[in-house]
Amino acid sequence: MNTPILLAVEDLTVSFDGFKAVDGLSLYVERNEVRVVIGPNGAGKTTLLDLICGKTRATGGSIKFKDIELTKLAENQIVHRGVGRKFQTPSIYENLTVAQNLELSYPAGRTVFGSLFFRRTRAVTERVRDIARQIYLDEDLDKSAGLLSHGQKQWLEIGMLLIQDPELLMLDEPVAGMSVVERERTAELLKTISQNRSVLVIEHDMDFVKDIAHKVTVLHQGKLLAEGKMEDVQKNERVIEVYLGH
Amino acid sequence: MSTQPAVKASWMDKFGGRGKLIQILIIGVLILGVLPMVADIFRLNLYGKYLTYAFVAAGLVLCWGYGGILSLGQGIFFGLGGYCMAMFLKLEASSPENTAIQSTPGIPDFMDWNQLTELPWFWQPFHSFTATLLLIVAVPALFAFLIGFAMFKRRVGGVYFAIITQAIASIMTILIIGQQGYTGGINGITDLRTLMGWSIQTDFAKYVLYFACCGGLILCLLVGQFILNSRYGQLLIAMRDQEDRVRFSGYDVANIKIFVFVVASVFSAIGGAFFTLQVGFMSPSFVGTVASIEMVIFCAVGGRLSLIGAAYGAFLVNLAKSSLSESFPQLWVVAMGALFIAVVMLFPRGLAGLVSDYAAPLRERLASRFGRKAPSNPEPVPAPAAPETRQPATRKDVAVGSAQETHG
Repeated sequence: MNTPILLAVEDLTVSFDGFKAVDGLSLYVERNEVRVVIGPNGAGKTTLLDLICGKTRATGGSIKFKDIELTKLAENQIVHRGVGRKFQTPSIYENLTVAQNLELSYPAGRTVFGSLFFRRTRAVTERVRDIARQIYLDEDLDKSAGLLSHGQKQWLEIGMLLIQDPELLMLDEPVAGMSVVERERTAELLKTISQNRSVLVIEHDMDFVKDIAHKVTVLHQGKLLAEGKMEDVQKNERVIEVYLGH
Repeated sequence: MSTQPAVKASWMDKFGGRGKLIQILIIGVLILGVLPMVADIFRLNLYGKYLTYAFVAAGLVLCWGYGGILSLGQGIFFGLGGYCMAMFLKLEASSPENTAIQSTPGIPDFMDWNQLTELPWFWQPFHSFTATLLLIVAVPALFAFLIGFAMFKRRVGGVYFAIITQAIASIMTILIIGQQGYTGGINGITDLRTLMGWSIQTDFAKYVLYFACCGGLILCLLVGQFILNSRYGQLLIAMRDQEDRVRFSGYDVANIKIFVFVVASVFSAIGGAFFTLQVGFMSPSFVGTVASIEMVIFCAVGGRLSLIGAAYGAFLVNLAKSSLSESFPQLWVVAMGALFIAVVMLFPRGLAGLVSDYAAPLRERLASRFGRKAPSNPEPVPAPAAPETRQPATRKDVAVGSAQETHG
């Protein structure tokens, strides 16, 4: 707790058949920070999240989360350490209700026998309601998740991560495909949830980025191009050249 | 609301609520009451044989319907259970007095014909009935665990899993046929007479075995309902729909899959053991690829999302098989294939889906016409599929539609 650094990515490299999607990248995220990663297509943004959550294995370098090396851990163990990740396309359980979606993400009964004999206590129900309220879905608890709108599905997936109370929350393009109103509500949501955790966001929508980011990291061809406050990054000539300029 | 506090939950909810229990009760009345009254013992014994396939179909509902894991090798486990039982019965039938004319008395006759002079080590535990009962469950469970562990931990799934299980079923048959001295070869293990000194060939014994089989089936259906209505049951659906989301919510997906595969295999094996008891022999033809695929068809016809539907499916398809193959032996294989194609293309949720689409609305209409008495008197048909039984396609269409509405 004494160090402000929550996530330390150092010299991270991954190569797919010789192509380096992420190349010698170093990145530090502090506690309670909202960091936005931007960059042109193919810059390695999603791959970076894949590497942190264990979906892709690093070829070299290290990822330390609270001084625990993540590159050696299995995906579910990384989740247990406190890293949550939302996918780009909403990944929810369409055949279950909103309440069931949230309840299944509640961090208990995660083993086979634990889940067989899981009891829905009052604490679980309260927590599900609580999260549903935060993600604007408290009216839809019994609705089948497949019937939600695209924006609501994105919120639901964020809620499924929130119920696990992760210390690091990673969101891949959370507002893509959302209406203006939904965007504003999502920005509001992110501001509330980032009060006691770090959030790592990939986003293309510059207005949204400006709205939420404490710091911005620009990636280009798997490498770090620039890092800093949004205003500074926007003035950076190389960033304008490869990404913002058009 | 599904999120009521635990205090209000009744014990019935653990099995899917009152409706599901009534449906299981109806099955119980049908197989324990109606069938024994209308059928003579010869027919009843046949029905008992059909019901042993209902165990397999129920296992496939859990594994395939809910877990999305298609196993084309359930015959392996049916066979393992059946062979374990057969080995016990065979040893009992091969007492030194009964086999005095053999060159080595006291061993099964086929071993003697194959110049074996002592009982192989893996036959030894089958002298004990307790050990046999234990092994009927333990051997298939262990084997399913090994297959599941080797495949699911390496993330082998989908069609590859289906093909590999099919191949293992094929290997099993070849192994059994090839090792005639140890297994009885292509003839299987035959001439089974007594269970702990009690003849299994009398009419009375056939009744007892039939009722035991029915009891076992109802127990398996209850266990299946319990599994589906636990958090684990929801996890199965979630995993089938969004495996990565489950994995990145902190679950070890491989363990979830291994468990459901083991449960399906144990159900299958119990069915196999009852098969041996009622039919009086076990042979490799119940183990192999054809048998295994037939089992999937039983499940598909009944409805792969309904445990109860699958039980009816197994019974009815076998009934049709007997009557059709009695009159037109060559036609049956074609009919079976056509049935499978029809189910997949026309009614993918099987009989259970048909019932929930047609019979349930009809029942409601009747209920509203004749007051509220009717629902407590439901007709003896496969009941509507589980509430989770939805048509994903339509759901998705609706969902996409609503998303477009929102974003214009």
